[in-house]
Amino acid sequence: MNEGGGRGDGGARDDFFSEAQELVDGLGRDLLMLDEMLKKGHVEPEIINDVFRGVHTLKGLSGLFGATRMAGLSHQLEDLLDELRLGRIDVDAGVLDLLFRAVSLYARILSSEKGEAEDPVHDVEQLLLALGHVSNRREGEGVGAVAQYELDPGLLGVLTEYEEHRLRANIQQGFALYRIRALFSLATIDTALDTVKANARPHGEIITYLPTGSGGDADSIELEILMASKASLGVLSKAIQTTGVSVEEVQRRALSHSIHATGLPNPPADAGAATPSISLHPAHPREAPPLRGGRSSAPAPLSDTPSLVASNVPSPATGAKTSARPGSGEMSLRSVSQTVRVDIRKLDRLMTIVGELAIVKTAIAKLTDRARSRFVETREFATELGRLNRSFERHLAQMQNGILEVRMVPLGQAFDKLARIVRQISREHSKEVNLVVTGAETEIDKLIVEELSDPLMHMIRNAIDHGIEARDDRLRVGKPVVGTIALNAFQKGNHVVIEVEDDGSGMDPKALTAAAIRRGVVTSDEAKELSQREVFALVFMPGFTTKEVATDLSGRGVGLDIVRTNIAKLGGVVDIMSDVGIGTKMTITLPITLAIINVLLVEIGGNPFAIPLASIEEAIVLDEGALRTIELREVLSVRGVSLPVCRLDRLFGFASADQRRGRSFVVIAQVGDRRMGLIVDELVGQQDIVIKPLGRTLSRVRGFAGATELGDQRVALVLDAAALIEEVLVPGETRFFGTADAGRS
Amino acid sequence: MRRILIVEDSGSTRAFVRAVLEAPDFAAPQGGCEVVEASCGFDAMRLLPRDRYDLIITDINMTDINGLELIRFIRRSAHHRQTPLLVISTLRAQQDAERGIALGANVYLPKPFTPEQLRESCAQLLGAPARKSSEPGSRAP
Repeated sequence: MNEGGGRGDGGARDDFFSEAQELVDGLGRDLLMLDEMLKKGHVEPEIINDVFRGVHTLKGLSGLFGATRMAGLSHQLEDLLDELRLGRIDVDAGVLDLLFRAVSLYARILSSEKGEAEDPVHDVEQLLLALGHVSNRREGEGVGAVAQYELDPGLLGVLTEYEEHRLRANIQQGFALYRIRALFSLATIDTALDTVKANARPHGEIITYLPTGSGGDADSIELEILMASKASLGVLSKAIQTTGVSVEEVQRRALSHSIHATGLPNPPADAGAATPSISLHPAHPREAPPLRGGRSSAPAPLSDTPSLVASNVPSPATGAKTSARPGSGEMSLRSVSQTVRVDIRKLDRLMTIVGELAIVKTAIAKLTDRARSRFVETREFATELGRLNRSFERHLAQMQNGILEVRMVPLGQAFDKLARIVRQISREHSKEVNLVVTGAETEIDKLIVEELSDPLMHMIRNAIDHGIEARDDRLRVGKPVVGTIALNAFQKGNHVVIEVEDDGSGMDPKALTAAAIRRGVVTSDEAKELSQREVFALVFMPGFTTKEVATDLSGRGVGLDIVRTNIAKLGGVVDIMSDVGIGTKMTITLPITLAIINVLLVEIGGNPFAIPLASIEEAIVLDEGALRTIELREVLSVRGVSLPVCRLDRLFGFASADQRRGRSFVVIAQVGDRRMGLIVDELVGQQDIVIKPLGRTLSRVRGFAGATELGDQRVALVLDAAALIEEVLVPGETRFFGTADAGRS
Repeated sequence: MRRILIVEDSGSTRAFVRAVLEAPDFAAPQGGCEVVEASCGFDAMRLLPRDRYDLIITDINMTDINGLELIRFIRRSAHHRQTPLLVISTLRAQQDAERGIALGANVYLPKPFTPEQLRESCAQLLGAPARKSSEPGSRAP
């Protein structure tokens, strides 16, 4: 580990992890695009350069922060990618596989750097070995073609090696070169340039952007953009030209000019060899800036010495002269970036404070009511206080929404990773699978997104392994050879719904029931009573699987019960529907955020409880006459529909349970497609609460999402409607509130 | 107080450079250091005319304006034609680094570098005692 890694620089290291993670995610996305392009037979050079740049940055980062395993991998990858982007190696499926492998290894290395996983040393070595064997190199590209064009040697002198390669490649393909001059305001250049890029992109490739100005203190800047295109000058002008933007064609010069006369540095002579040889001449001494004009001595050797020093270090005296002349701008050093990266724990703390404020607000409201009702002399004062408190409430709500918005991220973040998984698994399994994603822009709490990756991955593995049929089977039943997995996300009220749907073989309810009985998950008597929905739900039972041999795909002995448990931890539910021969659809319903929730406060046996409003359909007065008992389950008939009910006082074992007289209420909870009536003593009112976890000792008790502090210093337990419904309605599971493991042993 | 501009698209590399150069062991002998960050060439071009810098550190591989183009811009600018310029880029991009030197950069420091290497190069360019060589004043117009 180098010195950088040893620095106790926590902040910078956190930055490292989050930037590295973003880069790795970005690489995954780029590779998928590359995969698509490869399938369509046209790879845009820019995408390879993007991948190169990602790995390049990762390498730099991991070196700085002493992540040696990552640096080593990046180093080799960068070599390969450099050859790819310089056109010395062709991209094919094999190479792409290696790159995908690298991306998943990066993720594992990152975890191990954080101490969350083992160092995948063996896998890295394997990959390094494979990287060393990539050998489908091609012939070097044509030399000297650039010389034919009337290009400013100054422009050629500032091209990076890659840009120079792209220039050559485009000329070789016979594209024309255009010079676009565009005047931008420095303040808006980023967006204005994006517009020019977007207009230009369909017509060709932009090679480079060169500022032409002298860099005075003007607020505007002229860029010379070099572009290669198939299009004619007329077409291109029409597409790009606007105010301040002009296009001209770069003319071919008379052929008598030699390469050297144009100032183009010698291209690699032996481009076919393993290591690219690099021209060692300093490029265009005569085009160097005026002040350096005289310096034509070759720079010191570049290799080995960590820091290469050219001989022209300015004297302290000239430095002082410069410093005596401060810049002209009064605007100074405003940060130009529009985004900040925030640790989500900071947002959590803010949200907790908002929660505390909400409690204060409730307490003030109560005091105000008391002041208003009891004392005549304070009534006017109380009215004023009430008005203020309502304004406080409004602003608090805005603040809360603001914080929630910051926490929201598009589900696409989780989906991107899945696309990679699909590709990987389907290849391993020799099944062709197409992932179709809709609603990736649907937003959900960042924490939920993080926790969703694993369950979704498991569901998709399951769909590929058990759902999508083998190629021959699909052909036999007349399905398209390529299977489809649809990943759909959308918002539905306060919930986000994610569907994972495959067009595979589907599940046979009879086979499911039989397997469940065989495994002792349900008795055959119980099985007869199961609705179709309940039968499909059997696949979420611990240890349930219909394939006799658990493949290493979805298997490793872990079934879909983990998925259900993990989703339940997020306050969500999973439902499953299936048609034999047509496919299976699993539906996850999740709350949009975990941070703050609107609850209905109820009283049971004299104790306050909170039920999340998001899972409540309605609350009604209990009509004892509409209750009947079917199969030992109490059922309430509500407007002609029978609804299973649960007496919470009895469930919780309150002493007063059976002596209570007077009216009770039924809170009808709905989570996903399941409904249940919860019988409570009193309805108290609605309130926004911040859920606090129950702590380690109680965390395994099912049925409660947490606890919350009420304004009057009482603590209310928050019911987890999803878990409650599962507990009470799902057959074969532990009944009621044992610990999560008790019923499974 | 020394003012140093770092132009680099990787946020954590910028943070690293800032941490090293603003740490007292480097900054104190310099009379204090302030590191200003620019995440791309345009950012740098916005910042440069507005203030003086005693040292500019730039990456080469950046989108839009690459580091070489920035170096040329800096060397042609009124304020910074003499400001010491440190290029940080990967070791393999030798051709790019050489072009950078040809365009007027002073020192090329290959990535990844250790804090010590960074301190050394910067101290040298800032004219601190660690400097090994200089050709003072020979390039004034």
